[in-house]
Formats: sequence, C-alpha cells, structure tokens
Amino acid sequence: MAEAAPAIVLDKVNKWYGAMHVLRDITMNVDQKERVVVCGPSGSGKSTMIRCINRLEQHQQGRIVVDGTELTDDVRALDTIRREVGMVFQSFNLFPHLTILQNCTLAPISVRKMPKAEAEELAMDFLRKVKIPEQANKYPGQLSGGQQQRVAIARALCMKPKIMLFDEPTSALDPEMIKEVLDTMVSLAESGMTMVCVTHEMGFARMVADRVVFMDRGEIVESGTPTRMFEDPQTDRLKLFLSQILRGH
Amino acid sequence: MTPPASIAIAEAGPAPTRERPPASVYGPFAWVRANLFNGIFSTIVTLVLGVAIAWALYGFLKWGVANAIWSVPTTATGALDPTACRAAHGTGACWAAINDKWRFMLFGRFPYDQQWRAGICIALFIGLFYVSSDRRFWRKELAYIWAATLAVIFTLMWGGVFGLSYVPQDEWGGLPITLILATFGLALAFPLSVLVALGRRSTALPAVKTLCIVYVELIRGVPLIALLFMANVMFPLFMPVGLNPDKLLRAQVAIILFAAAYLAEVVRGGLQALPKGQAEAADALGLTYWQKTLKITLPQALRLVIPPLVNTFIGFFKDTSLVLTIGILDLLTASKTAMADPVWQGVSTEIYIVVAMVYVAFCYTMSSYSRSIERKLDRARNR
Repeated sequence: MAEAAPAIVLDKVNKWYGAMHVLRDITMNVDQKERVVVCGPSGSGKSTMIRCINRLEQHQQGRIVVDGTELTDDVRALDTIRREVGMVFQSFNLFPHLTILQNCTLAPISVRKMPKAEAEELAMDFLRKVKIPEQANKYPGQLSGGQQQRVAIARALCMKPKIMLFDEPTSALDPEMIKEVLDTMVSLAESGMTMVCVTHEMGFARMVADRVVFMDRGEIVESGTPTRMFEDPQTDRLKLFLSQILRGH
Repeated sequence: MTPPASIAIAEAGPAPTRERPPASVYGPFAWVRANLFNGIFSTIVTLVLGVAIAWALYGFLKWGVANAIWSVPTTATGALDPTACRAAHGTGACWAAINDKWRFMLFGRFPYDQQWRAGICIALFIGLFYVSSDRRFWRKELAYIWAATLAVIFTLMWGGVFGLSYVPQDEWGGLPITLILATFGLALAFPLSVLVALGRRSTALPAVKTLCIVYVELIRGVPLIALLFMANVMFPLFMPVGLNPDKLLRAQVAIILFAAAYLAEVVRGGLQALPKGQAEAADALGLTYWQKTLKITLPQALRLVIPPLVNTFIGFFKDTSLVLTIGILDLLTASKTAMADPVWQGVSTEIYIVVAMVYVAFCYTMSSYSRSIERKLDRARNR
C-alpha cells in the first residue's frame, strides 16, 4: 500500500436512527500513525461515528474506507477490516467466563489461527506492557475497573491491529483508575499506533493528539491541533463545550 | 493510681477483632429462637403448624407402618390370599400388593423371565446420567460412551441377537419407557432448541427467523396430549403403506418437538439477558458468527438459564407420563394397569405412593445437581 494512503476515510457519511439524523455528512481522513481525539457533548454522534468504522453500526449513506478496504455488506471485507481494527469500549466488555489470558488469546487462536503456545506468549507480552501479567489466570470479575480496561487494551492489541479505536475508555472508571489507563494509552500512542479516541480527557488530548475533532448534533463542527482548538476556539459551540468541560475540572 | 474509667477504655487499644459473630447467634437453640419463636405471632404459627404436622405424620405412620400388611399367605392353589389386605382396607396400607406387583410396575408387559434385561437398562441409564454429570468426563469421549450405552440398551430391550429372545416394542413398559422417552426427548430437544433460539434471534436470515417463530408458536399453542394423538393417529395416515415407524418412536418425536419449542424460549431468554457489549466485543475482535456464538454468547447464556432449563427438564420428565393417552405403558401407566389386578382390588394409594417416590427420586436428583453445578460455576468466577 502506498505510504500516503490514509488509514481511515470517511466521506459524507450519514446515518439515521428512525427519523433521527445522528450523523450528518461526516467527512474526515485519519492518516497512518495519526492520533485523533474526538470530543463533543453527549448525543453528539461521536460514539456512533467511531462504531461505524468497524461496522458495529451501519452507515446508510456515504463511503467508509478502512486500511484500503471499503465497508460494504460484503462479509469478507468486514472480516478483513475487523481483524485490522482493535476496539476498546467504555464498559470494557471482557468475557466474564474466560480468564484474563483466555480473553487475550481467544481471537488470535480462532481468528488468526495462531498456535496456542504462541498466542499465550504474545498475550503475556502485552499483559506485561499494560503491567498486569500477574493477573493472567484470574477472571475479569476479580479485577478492578482500571485493570479490566488495561486487559481490554491488551486483548485488542493481541490481534496486532493497525488501527485502534477507543470509545470513551475512561468514562466508566473511578477517578483514581483513570490515570493508569491513560498512561497505557499514552505509551501506545508513543509506539506509533494509528488511534481514534473518543474521550473527554483534555489532558490526554493535549499530550498525544495530532488533531482534535469536535462534534455536535451529528456533525463535525471544528477540528485542528489541540493547542489551536483549546486556546483559540473558533465556533461558539466549541467555546461553550470547553467552558462546560473546564468548569468540571 | 487508677485512671478514670474513660481513659482506661481508651488505653485498652482497639477492640479485638472478632472472627465470627458472638456465640449467642449460633447453635440449634439460637436458630430455633430466631426462626421459629421470634415473637408472639411466629410462636403461635409454629405451634399450630407443629401440631398439624405431627397429627398428619401420626396418621400416616399408623396407616403406613403400624397397621400395614407387609405380606399375605399363599392359598392351597398357589395364589396369594388378599383377605388380610381387604380387612385392613382404609386403616392400614397393603404393601403386600407392591411386593407382588413391583415387577409389573417397573417393567410392564416385558416377558417375565427376560425382565433382567430391562433391569440392566435402567441401571445403564442411571450410570449414564451419573457419568455425564461429572465435569471431569465432559470430553469428546463422552459422546462415544453415550452412543455405546444407548446401543447396548436397545440391544437388550429388543433382543433378537446374541441369543436374546426378540421382544416387540409394544411389550416394553414401565420405567425403561419413561427413561427412554425422557432421555432421548431432552438430549435431542436441547440442541434443537438452541438452534431454534439462535434462528429466532437471527437478523441476517429473516426466512429462518420466521420459520423458528412459526415453529415455536405453533407447537407451544397445542397441548402435548393433542400432539401425541396426532403423532399416533394422524401421522400414519400421511405415511406410505408399509412405512410406519412404531408407536414409541412417533410419541418420542412428538415429545422432542414439544420440548424443543419450550426449551428454545428458555435459551432465547438467556441470550436476551446478555449485555449487548459481549457480542460487540466478539464482533470487534473479528470472530465469526459461530465462533462468537459457541465461545462467547451461548456459554454465558446457558449458564444464566440453568434454573429455568432444569425446571423445564423436570417438567418434561414427568410429562412423558402423558403417553398413557396413546396406550404406551410408561411407569405411571404400567402401575395403573397393575392396580387393575382383581386380587388387589382397592389398592391404589400404595401404588401411587411408590410411583411418586420414583419420580421424586429422579426429579430431586436433577434439581440438586443443577444447584451444585450453579455453585461450582459461580465459585469458578468468584462473582
């Protein structure tokens, strides 16, 4: 693939829930190794947008191209994309009936057909990177929220994805656990991963984002570098949003 | 110098941590006080119920033990003389009838000298259940054990090979029939029900979904008895001449189809109860539909529905007795037939009690097994 080809292309993407227009003409490119933070008030469509990228939601109009493959009803194209795109959810979504290690090895073994021993070695590698190798044989219910979310990150990384999507990864965490998850994400960003991250953590956005995208009522209102966005917001909607966010801090 | 009391307490340091609550809330007396005599109202209820239970128990023991007739003399012609039983009718139980009739109750019209074969079949079924209940044996080999055991069971029942005399199917009866109907009924209905439940939730295959809905609603809307009648009377009319599966098989198919419709709704309930995030996480990892279903959603859903699943299992174990309406001699029907013996006229309560005990033994085993497996699964996950 050509070096310049963007990792993700969203071209005039539209989506409706019944009569509600939740995504309006979303057009956005994410370059290889680019780190994009998407923010906006709740109900702004940011989660829906990120979930369209690996088709947990279907868009109804426009084009989405991920890693050179267009998302259509073609199941094989979808499988290809999902293998290359990792996702981390707000509610962790670890599999409670499997151990931490099994959570991490399941997809490499069944989807990538990796031998079990190799998958376990890989999983332990990533569990060490997120700093919880000693929990490998426990069940998710025995871990704290922060630990579970780090496992979820490790689980996604075990598929060796080219792109990582984060859907409000720290919103369900107690304050003292947010840092450990953000630290993990920062070191992932430093390793050169392409990342799209829906989050309200402005400190994280400042530290790692190449670009911040602000969404409201289903459309992209403004985007730019974190410094420009936070210090010189152009639109009233972003100004209002920032003032509300900062008041909370 | 003695410091003031308040300081003395403060200097005593932290109170010693108790590893268990004070002794006064332990032991049988404490239990009785807390649960049976906890206030005036509860004391009155306890006393009233206690008297009622003691009175009922006294009556039952007088009838079932003290005044019971355990055996009767044989007449000069070699027949049993039931006079003693007739005399005790209404005041004492006639267990002598059970003594005489238990083999007919258990094996129905199976040839008397061959009944050891049916007896072995019962033992094999129980052994099969026992082995299957142990999680250590939950491996592929278990399927072979099932196949082999069932083959042996049918060889023993039918005979006609290995020097065993041939026993036509309409001579089978009693407990083996109940166990055959229940075991095959549930063992085949369960996988079918999982497929139907999955089909009914399918979004990608609307035709399959409609088919599953129609199947469940149609079968559920008909009483099992009606289905058994249909299997017995109507089904042969549609079959080509000469090709007529036997009555037991037709009843068996009806039971499987009926049970599957009910179980499918139970399984669907479990799938419905799973958080959506589980399926989404599996999708996001790139698992295929079947990988997601077999490794993520189904194991969790089935674990959630163990109580209603076992509830349905127990219900169907007992519902197999409805085959009496089409003249198959299961445990209950064989026992009712045994009552018709003119020698033991009037002896029915005793026979019903014995039959009930057999059913209770099987059903209670099922329910305590389900409780133990729930406990084990919970412990494994520490939730």
